[in-house]
Amino acid sequence: MSSITNIGQRLYRGEVSYDFVGRWKRWYIFSAIILLVAIGSLAFRGLNLGIEFRGGADFAIPNATCSVSEAREVAEAETGGQTIVTVASSGTMRVQTIPLTSAESIELSESLGDVCGVAASDITVQVVGPTWGAEISSKALQGLVIFLALVTIFLTIYFEWRMAIGALVALVHDLVITVGIYALFGLEVTPATAIGVLTILAYSLYDTVVVYDKVKENTRGIAGQSVMTYDEAANLAVNQTVVRSINTSLTSLLPVLAIIIVGAGLLGAGTLLDLAVALAVGMAAGTYSSIFIATPVLAQLKRQQPEMKALAARVQARRKQAAKVGVKGQDSAGDGAGDSAGDSAADGAGAAAGSATAASPASPEELRELARVQSGERHQPKRKSRRKRR
Amino acid sequence: MAPPATSKPGRSLIALIVLLIGGAVWAFWPGTDSSVRLGLDLQGGTQVILVPQPVVEGTEITEEQLAQTVEIIRARVDGLGVAEAEVTTQGSGNSAAIVVSVPGLGQDRVVELVQRTALLNFRPVWNVLSPFPIDPADADAADGDAADGDAAETEESADESASDDGAQSAEIVQAPDYSPEFQAEVDALDCIDPVNLAGGTPDDPTEWLGACDQSGGQKYVMEPAFIEGVSVTDANAQLTQQGIGWVVTLEFDSEGAGALAEASTELSALPECGSGATPCNAFAIVLDGVVVSAPRFNEPILGGQAQIEGDFNVEEARDLANVLKYGALPVTLDVVDITSVSATVGGDQLRAGIIAGLIGLALVSIYLLLYYRVLGLVAVMSLAVAGGLLYLFVVIFSKTIGLTLTLAGVAGAIVAVGITADSFIVYFERMRDELRDGRSLRQACDSGWVRARRTLLAADFVTLLAAVVLYFLSIGSVRGFAFILGLTTVIDLIIAFWFTHPVVVLMGRRKFMQGGSKWSGLDPERLGGHSALDTLAGQSRRKRRDDYQSSTADDAAGNAADDAAGDTAGDTASDTTEVRS
Repeated sequence: MSSITNIGQRLYRGEVSYDFVGRWKRWYIFSAIILLVAIGSLAFRGLNLGIEFRGGADFAIPNATCSVSEAREVAEAETGGQTIVTVASSGTMRVQTIPLTSAESIELSESLGDVCGVAASDITVQVVGPTWGAEISSKALQGLVIFLALVTIFLTIYFEWRMAIGALVALVHDLVITVGIYALFGLEVTPATAIGVLTILAYSLYDTVVVYDKVKENTRGIAGQSVMTYDEAANLAVNQTVVRSINTSLTSLLPVLAIIIVGAGLLGAGTLLDLAVALAVGMAAGTYSSIFIATPVLAQLKRQQPEMKALAARVQARRKQAAKVGVKGQDSAGDGAGDSAGDSAADGAGAAAGSATAASPASPEELRELARVQSGERHQPKRKSRRKRR
Repeated sequence: MAPPATSKPGRSLIALIVLLIGGAVWAFWPGTDSSVRLGLDLQGGTQVILVPQPVVEGTEITEEQLAQTVEIIRARVDGLGVAEAEVTTQGSGNSAAIVVSVPGLGQDRVVELVQRTALLNFRPVWNVLSPFPIDPADADAADGDAADGDAAETEESADESASDDGAQSAEIVQAPDYSPEFQAEVDALDCIDPVNLAGGTPDDPTEWLGACDQSGGQKYVMEPAFIEGVSVTDANAQLTQQGIGWVVTLEFDSEGAGALAEASTELSALPECGSGATPCNAFAIVLDGVVVSAPRFNEPILGGQAQIEGDFNVEEARDLANVLKYGALPVTLDVVDITSVSATVGGDQLRAGIIAGLIGLALVSIYLLLYYRVLGLVAVMSLAVAGGLLYLFVVIFSKTIGLTLTLAGVAGAIVAVGITADSFIVYFERMRDELRDGRSLRQACDSGWVRARRTLLAADFVTLLAAVVLYFLSIGSVRGFAFILGLTTVIDLIIAFWFTHPVVVLMGRRKFMQGGSKWSGLDPERLGGHSALDTLAGQSRRKRRDDYQSSTADDAAGNAADDAAGDTAGDTASDTTEVRS
């Protein structure tokens, strides 16, 4: 545990910094592959829609003593349509038939009860009319569209439109992956799945908002300095929130995993399990996309902005200059203890040497300037006072 | 709602405690029902979703019709005497849906109850026959000549069944006038077949009718209706004056009263039914093509108030009264969804949900404690208070707006554990960031909060938005989920603002935390803040830098520079530089 804290500390201070934004190609390719698999599964395998969406009747018979073929025979004889019979690990038999009228479903549950040695009242029955599922779906879709519109407005006001787009891209990414997993593994899509997917919607956005809030904080007044590019500030934000992201996804996933384990162990298939599977997939995707997709997308959109282009050029120019000074500075570093000029120069040199890419960070002096630009806060030298306390 | 950064933490804590105690006292006031209402999926029972269709095609269902329908169904369901049965509407107009939930009952009874779309009318009885079908070939034995009745009957019954989506509904025989053909068809009617006793076939009140008795004991031949169901203004089951047995009292509007007076005067003079004489002195109460009851007139009824006597038990009397009062619906109802959960499965689901919730909570608590130490304790306490608050709110909403806790809601609550824990994590991480920037603990508690607060409000707003949109636009179980999701989001904010933050601030004033104890979760060593310079962690850091071929002097310089900076962007960025050098 303490090593995580340690990493957290180093991430925050930037000692360990991972270039999430700069390596966007890697993440995009990774996501593209997963998305392709997801979309491919959707296109070729399609979704295994539950009876709630296509209409039909579902009888769950606990502790059934009849065989699958017996149950199917009875059901098909009475309904005259195709019947699917499955047995869950918990011993509950599920019989799914074509849509039935209420009278037919009452009769069939009685005959199934007779055949399988179970009282009809112990059978869990669900009958859904063929048009009802379509209605539920269209309502859910309507809700989705309205929600997305509202969220876009909110994010545009609270952040800016580029962040709204970044958040939506991440959201669609998560949704497609989740739905794709359902298609790929042929998991049944039930209203509980729909609930799970809608939760992912909220969760994915929540995650992205937390990261973007840090980006917003880090990039306040960024155009007014020439120390750090937007990409770097955004990347720093991701690094600073990565511990939070890990902790949050763990605390969110733990209860969901508990549902999956308890659900699978005690209940077999059911609402809880359906929901939990969707959530587990969606939460994992949500955490991933908030780090690897949302911020890189945002940075790319930002790069198109003239101010940010100008900023990147200024930063570049300044760094070149700093690199020159840095060579000198390193020579004098040995005797320059406590000398901030020497320090900054040495660091500048290190930066120039350490990374050949354009994403080399700035010197502390320059960053202090950035800090002054960003916040008019007055900073007293706190460490001295703390030392005194000791 | 938000306390200012330099808050008086005691106040918000007291506010929360007052809220909790006040809520608890109100919710658990002795003598009131303070249990959580469980949904059908958790306690077993049947839910039926009905979509009303206008009687006249192409017209819009009015709010009034919808409200009336719901009232009728509610009355019927209440008539079952099942506690917590409920009828709700979702949506409006032609896209409205009526959700009927009856705990503890199987699908057969509930469906039968609500599906009685029920056209009620009162008809004079012409004759009462035995329930068995009589083959038209030897129909002479029963009544007159019926040689050519066969074809007519087949046609007629085909019509009747087609009128109800091909579903199984009672077969009835109708004709504009009494004729031998009509009689023959009635003779052929099979009142032993249970389908013909189930109703579901509305009859035309202006024509003659041949139909079965509800119990299958008789077959009735009836004249056109003299009163239609809408004329009944009230019907009630009452104990007889002697206190033995039950009767059903009836009240009619003026039109109905007039018709009743006329018909009763005429009918009470006729011979007893069942004696073979036609017509006879009974009238039939016909509901959707089935004779519910056929009392005889003992005397003319002139006041518009009638009383039906019979060997009723309580339930029969109540059922009959319900049918009479609420028989006629202004719309037809399509059953689109039936969910029937057995009580055992419901209990299992609830148990599994609770077990999963507890395991999830325990895992999250262990993680938070290991990771955040004393702060983790605050987080776990916050989760516990949040859980208590959720329970309290659910009880309160159960009481006030009839919230029922469904499985989807339980799942929403379990998911909320993670989202609630996140608000602490965001806050704690921000605090740690502030400490790393060299702020004192007291400052960090507040300045970290100011930053975390904004993030929490923004992120929770999005979740709340999702919950509200879902709640208003969805149907069925999604709604229950959305409600709990919204509720937990609000609770999350309440807890973060009024509990977690104040507690952290109060703790931050204690020596234990300020001293940076190893167990506080905020010790400088683990955080690697500035004060770590002289500690082991600082040395290891120095060592690491040496490995990166940077001089010790450089490091000292760097730290000296940090001294002066003390700002987020300032020192983080400088450290970024260091690691790369």
